[in-house]
Amino acid sequence: MATGDRVDLLERYQHGRHRELGLTDEDVRRMYEVMLLARRLDERMWILNRTGQAPFAISGQGHEAAQVGAAWALDRERDWIYPYYRDVALVLVWGLTPRDLMLQLLGKAADPSSGGRQMPNHFSSRRLRIAPQSSVVGTQIPQAAGTALASKLEGTGAVTLVTFGEGATAQGDFHEGVNFAAIHRLPVIFFCENNGYAISVPAEKELSVPDVADRALGYGIPGVTVDGNDPFEVYRVVREAVERARAGEGPSLIEAKTYRLLAHSSDDDDSTYRPREEVEAWRQRDPLPRLAAYLKEHGLADDADLQALEEQVRQQVDDATEHAQAAPYPRAEHLLDHVTGP
Amino acid sequence: MELTYREAVRRALMEEMERDERVFIMGEDVGAYGGSYAVTKGLLARFGPERVRDTPISEAAIAGAGIGAALGGLRPVVEIMSINFILPAADQLINGAAKIHYMFNGQFHVPLVVRTVNGGRRLAATHSQNLEVLFAFIPGLKVVTPASPADAYGLLKAAIRDPDPVLFVESALLYSMKGPVPDDPDFLVPLGQSLVRREGRDLTLVAHSRGVVVALEAAERLAAQGVEAEVVDLRTLRPLDMGPVLASVRKTGRVVIVGDDWQSYGVGAEIAARLAEEAFEALRGPVLRVGGAEVPMPYAANLERLALPQVDGVIRRAARLLEGDGAWLVR
Ligand SMILES: Cc1ncc(C[n+]2csc(CCOP(=O)(O)OP(=O)(O)O)c2C)c(N)n1
Ligand SMILES: [Mg+2]
Repeated sequence: MATGDRVDLLERYQHGRHRELGLTDEDVRRMYEVMLLARRLDERMWILNRTGQAPFAISGQGHEAAQVGAAWALDRERDWIYPYYRDVALVLVWGLTPRDLMLQLLGKAADPSSGGRQMPNHFSSRRLRIAPQSSVVGTQIPQAAGTALASKLEGTGAVTLVTFGEGATAQGDFHEGVNFAAIHRLPVIFFCENNGYAISVPAEKELSVPDVADRALGYGIPGVTVDGNDPFEVYRVVREAVERARAGEGPSLIEAKTYRLLAHSSDDDDSTYRPREEVEAWRQRDPLPRLAAYLKEHGLADDADLQALEEQVRQQVDDATEHAQAAPYPRAEHLLDHVTGP
Repeated sequence: MELTYREAVRRALMEEMERDERVFIMGEDVGAYGGSYAVTKGLLARFGPERVRDTPISEAAIAGAGIGAALGGLRPVVEIMSINFILPAADQLINGAAKIHYMFNGQFHVPLVVRTVNGGRRLAATHSQNLEVLFAFIPGLKVVTPASPADAYGLLKAAIRDPDPVLFVESALLYSMKGPVPDDPDFLVPLGQSLVRREGRDLTLVAHSRGVVVALEAAERLAAQGVEAEVVDLRTLRPLDMGPVLASVRKTGRVVIVGDDWQSYGVGAEIAARLAEEAFEALRGPVLRVGGAEVPMPYAANLERLALPQVDGVIRRAARLLEGDGAWLVR
């Protein structure tokens, strides 16, 4: 290693990698805040499930850094996202609120995503450019290519970010969608949250290559693998992809390696297929304490600040829960509305 | 012996794999996990990874490779985790499996069984559908919808031994149902035979899959009020056996078709047409149907309840058919 490099590393360490990437101290504090909010909200959803108040819960715990890093690289004022069910942190950045997510969890009329019609964590908002979701894995991928096509033809300059798990990359929809976008050089970013499993099936039985990013080769687009538990690295590579997309250079495939800390969903028992030591090892790499340590190390927050933040987040989660619990169910006379027509 | 519906399916798989080493299983999470409805639990340990194979999330490949393996001489039993996820495989099944035997003049057989699951609760529109009727539309496919443990057992064995492609649709809501199952590894329920599940002289209820449970419950409630409903379980949607339905309607003159899905263009529409064609003179009133609301299934508990067919709906229609005599049925 040349001396120059060492000086460089030292500088980076002292000043914080975030500044080098153009992120402000406030950005980093906000990133942590959203990650914490997503985590605590997610935990509460599981409690509501386990106490019989919500029939289903599915978790984004462990994926928060990947989602927040990616979101920070985009423009919330014009870009589109096609999230999948783990993207609690991503949609919080995009403008859905804890109340919104709790209303959907409990199937209440005021749920802005679906009015109580679609399952939890199937987010949507036309106003916020959050595209709607099916439960069928991978279907969002070609749709995202189509939204990017619309942005290109209309010259809005918008980029579309579509997320999915590594398991989804075995679907025809993935391959067809990426190929389509690559041929037409569409402004779309294919963002894979690779947590190593599709329910119980491990990555080596889903992929014949080591990394999802290797699949990019087949379509002639950049494929990048990144530590999904490091929000800054994710931010850096997604930002590059955004720049390419806005410059008309076409799509990129980004793979954020991460881990889901809980079972696949509330209907799953992951102890039957994931060794506890593996889960424990990944808990040691939990992105939340990692970023908290960074905040302290760089003087962006001290213990008292973090404690205050916990308290503030707890209040938000309590408020969202109570609000959703008290909210009315959809009214029976609306059962037939919107099958077609207005 | 007494088995749950789930155990009956598992037992049929196990025995057929033991009987014929060409039989193998593949699908998402079918191995160590034992299937997302725990049907294939224990099979990996018993038969090993060559015969119990986990696949990627690739329904088109699961079905397509199933077809190819069948053409290559094996007897694949593939699992599509839920009928909601079968649509990426629809082309393989509809343009492939269903047509190969006929289109190539009988040269090839496709002895493929596709096991899948309908139903579901609180899982909303893309996760609770009963789509079997889409496949029952297709000549060349056999579509089987067992509604009891014994039928799940005997029909699956028959499906595995059948030379044609069979879509075998289990019901998520029936997996825990218990019932007697013959202790005989060669007990088969032939495909294409409807069955009278309960005898009665006043009214005929026709159903398939979980609709049978709704019909039986309605019959129970009607019996408490002195109305004897006969319940015919279609068991196989294609080939469809109208024999017991026609015999029953010729006896009762009244019929309600109980569906657990949308009515338009559905099983009830087909049965009604056949009755109009073949038993018009026996009908003492209109052919009535019960089904779900024609909406994508909503998630909210109250809307979901409204969208699902209910026993009360069967009782109301029975009352209508029993004319003046039946008005008292609906308080
Ligand atoms: C077409 C289809 N097949 C199967 C399923 C059932 N299913 C839901 S999530 C899932 C695993 C998805 O794995 P991955 O894409 O890696 O995402 P992860 O859940 O790990 O984040 C499966 C098999 C489905 N929803 N759709
Ligand atoms: Mg995964």
